[in-house]
Amino acid sequence: MNNPDVIIIGSGVIGNATAYNLAKRGLSVTVLEKSPIIGDGGSSRNGGGVRQSGRHPAELPLAMYAIKNLWPGLSDELGTDVEYCQKGNLRLGKTKEHLDILKGLVKSNTAQNLDMRMIDYKEAREICPYLSEEVKGASWCATDGHANPMLATLAYYKAARRLGVRFITGVDVVTLRKIRGRIAQVCTADGTVYNAGQIVVAAGYESRKILSSVGIDIPMSQLLMECIVTEEAPPMFEQMLGTAMADFYGHQSKHGSFVFGGAHGFEPFATAGDVQTSSIGTSSTCRAIIGYFPALQHLKIVRTWAGWLDDCADHIPVIENALPGLTVGCAFSGHGFGISPVVGVLLAELAAGEQTTLDVSAFKHDRFKAKI
Amino acid sequence: MTDRQYIIGEFSPASDDDLIICRCEEITKGEIRRAVFDGMFNICEVRRLLRCGMGLCQGLTCGRLVKSVIAGEIGLSATALEDATARAPMRPTEMFIFAKEVTDE
Repeated sequence: MNNPDVIIIGSGVIGNATAYNLAKRGLSVTVLEKSPIIGDGGSSRNGGGVRQSGRHPAELPLAMYAIKNLWPGLSDELGTDVEYCQKGNLRLGKTKEHLDILKGLVKSNTAQNLDMRMIDYKEAREICPYLSEEVKGASWCATDGHANPMLATLAYYKAARRLGVRFITGVDVVTLRKIRGRIAQVCTADGTVYNAGQIVVAAGYESRKILSSVGIDIPMSQLLMECIVTEEAPPMFEQMLGTAMADFYGHQSKHGSFVFGGAHGFEPFATAGDVQTSSIGTSSTCRAIIGYFPALQHLKIVRTWAGWLDDCADHIPVIENALPGLTVGCAFSGHGFGISPVVGVLLAELAAGEQTTLDVSAFKHDRFKAKI
Repeated sequence: MTDRQYIIGEFSPASDDDLIICRCEEITKGEIRRAVFDGMFNICEVRRLLRCGMGLCQGLTCGRLVKSVIAGEIGLSATALEDATARAPMRPTEMFIFAKEVTDE
């Protein structure tokens, strides 16, 4: 019990999905979480998008695999409804510049055989009748969708726990330690040392400090994002929504409330470590939403929240066996939730020393080069 | 530090399990008790799983009750549990009010 096959640092959706997939193999797994709350970082603080469209070429195959093979059966597999809804993604544009951005995304994504296309205002209105007349066109990917990130994170936790995974919350991991050339120990702030055959670091931005103890530094920073949640409304539309300028995104949840995220431009000046909404975030997101969906203007906001992204220099993650005994999964840059089921499979394969289902060579940390 | 392996025993149904604790989202005492047995050891995890305290009143009505049900199942005093995080706005507020901009009028 005190010497498990694998220790996972971080109980977010990535860590929990990895724990679940390792436990399915019969391996003993312990998950260490710094917070007293399971999945309290980006996993519970994101817009819930499960999309392929708009993804980086390196990341798109992961999203396509997850949506084809894992998301549709996830609720049944985990025994908890994760509210997966596959009704498409509309990315909206109001100007010629917007439409040019959307055309660029369509060109890039369709080159990798994603079923995605440009549609005009009329067709977009047929898909979502609440659109403002200012919308000129949109990109449309019918196989995209959304799910509930809080439920998915806790569903993996519950399923992993049922398979015997040991979760310990309130444990602040400070350093990793090498024994005879292999990363084999995890040291915590209170002086406890945990031994394991393999160590997986999936601690979001906090991975950076932990990994620096063994000489790995992944160039990522914390970026604030803020969301608003409305009161319950009758079912209006089922699509995941976004805009060319990424000024807001969101969807209507199964419960009936709308969840929208937005950017106000001052995120880089947020106070590090403090997850608080700003005084202007809700206003700017509401303005953006009403500009595209005037019909929503009388819905009441009941709650707002903020979270941190582990934003990587090139906005794609690190997924690799970085050193003997060490597997890394972090730097998901704000779009990790949609690919979390497949990343859980890949990290489990890496940690178990197996051939990976998909090629992960694009996600090594040694891809970062100095400018001279 | 909390080891979640800590076993609180088998879930056994109680006669008042169908009592509604969160009126906005219609969450019963039994559902909350079941969540604790599924490993949700604090108010934050329970409400993310069940939505209790996430409706129109944002837990102003049921917050203390939910806490006492969770604490009772784990065998703690309710004061040992953190309160749910309070989030802006203080009262439900229509989007168009937030969206207003400063004008010269």
